Amino acid sequence: MIAKRPIELTVNGKQCEGLVEARLSLADFLRDHLGLTGTHLGCEQGICGSCTVLFNGESVRSCLLLAVQAHGGEVLTVEGLAGLAKDGEALHAIQQGFLETLGFQCGFCTPGFLLTVYELLGENPSPSEAEIREHLSGNLCRCTGYQNIVAAVLWAAERLRVNSE
Amino acid sequence: MAEASSRFIGRGVKPHKTKRFLTGGGVYVSDIRLPNMLHAALVRSIHAHARICGVDVQQALRLDGVAGVWTGDDIKDRISLFPESFEIHPRPWLEGVKPVLQGPRPAALAQGKVHYVGEPVAIVVAEDRHRAEDAVDAIVVEYEALPVVVDPGEALKDGATLVHDDSKDNVVFSFKVNKGNIDQILREAPYTLRERFRHHRYCAAPLEGRGIVAWVEPKTNILTVWSSTQMPHLVRRQIAAQLNLPEETVRVIAPDIGGGFGPKVFVYPEEILVPFLALQLGRPVKWVEDRREHFISTAHGRDQVHDVELAFDENGLILGLRDRFLLDNGAYNPMGLTDAYNTAAHLQGPYKVPNLSVSGTCVSTNKVPNAPYRGAGRPEAVFVMERCVDLLAAKLSLDPAEVRRRNFVQPEEMPYHAGILYRDGEPICYDSGNYPETLAQALKAAGYEELRKQQQELRQRGRYLGIGIGCYVEGTGVGSFEGAKVRIDPSGQIVVATGATGHGQGHETIFAQIAADLWGVSPEDVRLVEGDTSSIQFGCGTFGSRSTVNVGSALFEASARLKEKVLQLAAHLLEANRDDLEFGNGKIFVRGMPQRSLSFSELARAAVPGWASKLPDGLEPGLEETFYFVPATVTWANAAHVAVIEVDSDTGEIKLLDYVVSHDAGKLINPLLVEGQIHGGVAQGIGAALYEEICYDPNGQLLSGSFMDYLLPGSMEVPKIKTVHLESPSPLNPLGIKGLGEGGAIAPPAAIANALADALLPFTAQVNEIPLSPSRVLELIRRTWPMSPDCF
Repeated sequence: MIAKRPIELTVNGKQCEGLVEARLSLADFLRDHLGLTGTHLGCEQGICGSCTVLFNGESVRSCLLLAVQAHGGEVLTVEGLAGLAKDGEALHAIQQGFLETLGFQCGFCTPGFLLTVYELLGENPSPSEAEIREHLSGNLCRCTGYQNIVAAVLWAAERLRVNSE
Repeated sequence: MAEASSRFIGRGVKPHKTKRFLTGGGVYVSDIRLPNMLHAALVRSIHAHARICGVDVQQALRLDGVAGVWTGDDIKDRISLFPESFEIHPRPWLEGVKPVLQGPRPAALAQGKVHYVGEPVAIVVAEDRHRAEDAVDAIVVEYEALPVVVDPGEALKDGATLVHDDSKDNVVFSFKVNKGNIDQILREAPYTLRERFRHHRYCAAPLEGRGIVAWVEPKTNILTVWSSTQMPHLVRRQIAAQLNLPEETVRVIAPDIGGGFGPKVFVYPEEILVPFLALQLGRPVKWVEDRREHFISTAHGRDQVHDVELAFDENGLILGLRDRFLLDNGAYNPMGLTDAYNTAAHLQGPYKVPNLSVSGTCVSTNKVPNAPYRGAGRPEAVFVMERCVDLLAAKLSLDPAEVRRRNFVQPEEMPYHAGILYRDGEPICYDSGNYPETLAQALKAAGYEELRKQQQELRQRGRYLGIGIGCYVEGTGVGSFEGAKVRIDPSGQIVVATGATGHGQGHETIFAQIAADLWGVSPEDVRLVEGDTSSIQFGCGTFGSRSTVNVGSALFEASARLKEKVLQLAAHLLEANRDDLEFGNGKIFVRGMPQRSLSFSELARAAVPGWASKLPDGLEPGLEETFYFVPATVTWANAAHVAVIEVDSDTGEIKLLDYVVSHDAGKLINPLLVEGQIHGGVAQGIGAALYEEICYDPNGQLLSGSFMDYLLPGSMEVPKIKTVHLESPSPLNPLGIKGLGEGGAIAPPAAIANALADALLPFTAQVNEIPLSPSRVLELIRRTWPMSPDCF
């Protein structure tokens, strides 16, 4: 019988708790214990970026972070992004940008990109195309060829600047 | 040609119908959870070739939470063998080509012997995935290692180890096609060249791997299976056949699919094993692969070696081509001659090749099975021909674009008979297209003339700019069929069901646009149901750049028939003449009297049986029609790619400065989605040309088993891609559509290899294989010697 540990963390603004084996990844905790299946597993080796969430404000690979390591922390997943939209809007500007420019096709890598972009625009509200491509270089997409994703980020950056005026 | 207004066809309608992907609302197979669900994990072979002497499962069975372990012995009398391949062979093709077809029939779990690292040996089921994997680790398999075959050339030699015991040699499939007299032309031609080209092994690597959930639905007793597949009807057929069940009692659903690209097009052992276990255990069972497992179990692609002889004259006209090639099958080839024959069918490209001989041989080796991946044999063909054209140009000191212009099939020569059969058994006939114009547009967008000037200047300064062209034609919309079932729901919504199974292409948008124009509604009023065997009786699936052509055409025909019935009903209810009625704004109205109208909702509610019926005599209840479109043959798209690179002769690094795609895929339904397909395809082609490589060692051990070794191109590696659209509508279907899902991936290896050879022209580097890693580029530079600077 493998020992389980109690954990408590805030996910998308809500207090959550669980009783988990030490070997359980944060991704598996989010997906299987909390039912937040928007975070996807593309490699479980930390390379593809599909599992990216924000942990205490920073992007992390939730497939490599253990759930017990997240104890006491704050996590933002794709399911929490719309809640951060401007009042009255159903989708966050970043999500709207992906819709406008067809920044997604199969959707599997998309949650990881959305959170990585959220982190980027929080640090750098007016990134150049080169800066965008560099910041996103840790997220793999097999469908879009990245061009429309870059366009989505530029669209969202512009919309967020307008929103804040 | 077609009765459809173009209110929505041709417009870049946005993908609102899949906006759930933006909020974490996609449901992929690993997101599906059912009450009391168990989890499976597989024991896979660690040897490339070995006999199984024993499988000890006792330790595993004693572990907490383990529900059972099944080995090859346990299932051999309960799950029948897979077919030799899933390819359908049309009779005219079999008779015309007379191929050799002698593949082995795989079992769901290894029977006494393993043939590749990764082959399934046993399956464990436990309460959760962790426990299932713990049990896998506790299972001890005793192997007796056998000699390993990893090179197809070696596999063909006399006395080579046989990959499959009951075969006479390692050839599984082969064919030869001819036209004209190649022997004579090679003897007599003023010029010939002889080259060997290698198109290496790489793979589709969709971001979502494979996975299956199966359960027996309690009330109906229907074995319900969710699989990350491109072919739910095929999966259903196989499950029913191999588990000896009526198809009626099996339902297969493709949930949201995180990328397909080819390897999800046939049926895998796990797709039979997991449903089998659900039946055995009476509980839902789930299996999802991880990436490491994916690389050793999901099909690889390409892997061809070509020995080529080209005959040409002093004007740069191609006189003939002989190509003998080997395809490294791996241990199984689930799709038979699909790739190899596609290669033969696409070799001539957009050119006139008066004499041709192609022979393809699929050879067994102890590697993961090889199956079609986006392009399916076409990239290999295009690599051969496009490199040959550039070599011919270099030999005669002609501009490579000019050589192409001289050899193109001209627009006034359409329709053009290429002289051999397509794999659907029909003679290849390029139906429409303007190949010189396609190339001209690509060169213009790339700024070709200016680039040639820059190239000369940079060369003086020891910098190497390269411009590479890749032209191709693509047979699209292949059969054998696809269906559309169109129904008007009592709400007034139009529901379209089809066996196609999109995985990111935007079917829900595309087919809504077509239906909207056919019916005079807006795309929001149309709902697409796909990827579910219970929604339409027969289905083929989504692969081969075929869905828009086949589903669009089926939708057109089904709608034409249903509109006829709707008109008859409306005429009866409105007491008007059928010829005075029109469709518009979701209603049928009397021409000139818009107040005399009926909505689709009213019509659907009138077309019921029984006391509420308002049907006239002779009309059956329901507003529904199904049509299965069987294309006469493929319809031919074409494109020209231009790659502009700079090579660093010290580091061997290739920088992609520009990439242009000029393409013609007939009538375009949604330009935004079209560009998405092109960008994605080109990115995959760039990966193949520069980064991706499946590597095996001499013992058949896979060395590139993770994304750390198998390098997918990222946002820094894929440049901005310029696209130019041309439209030569297809004469073969009512809407004039051609396919384009694969196109972007077909030419990049050729265009980039040509660009490198062009950049290194002063060095006469022999660019005959990919990927062009920096170390390989340096090898190419160092192995050669510089020619005089004014050679070109």
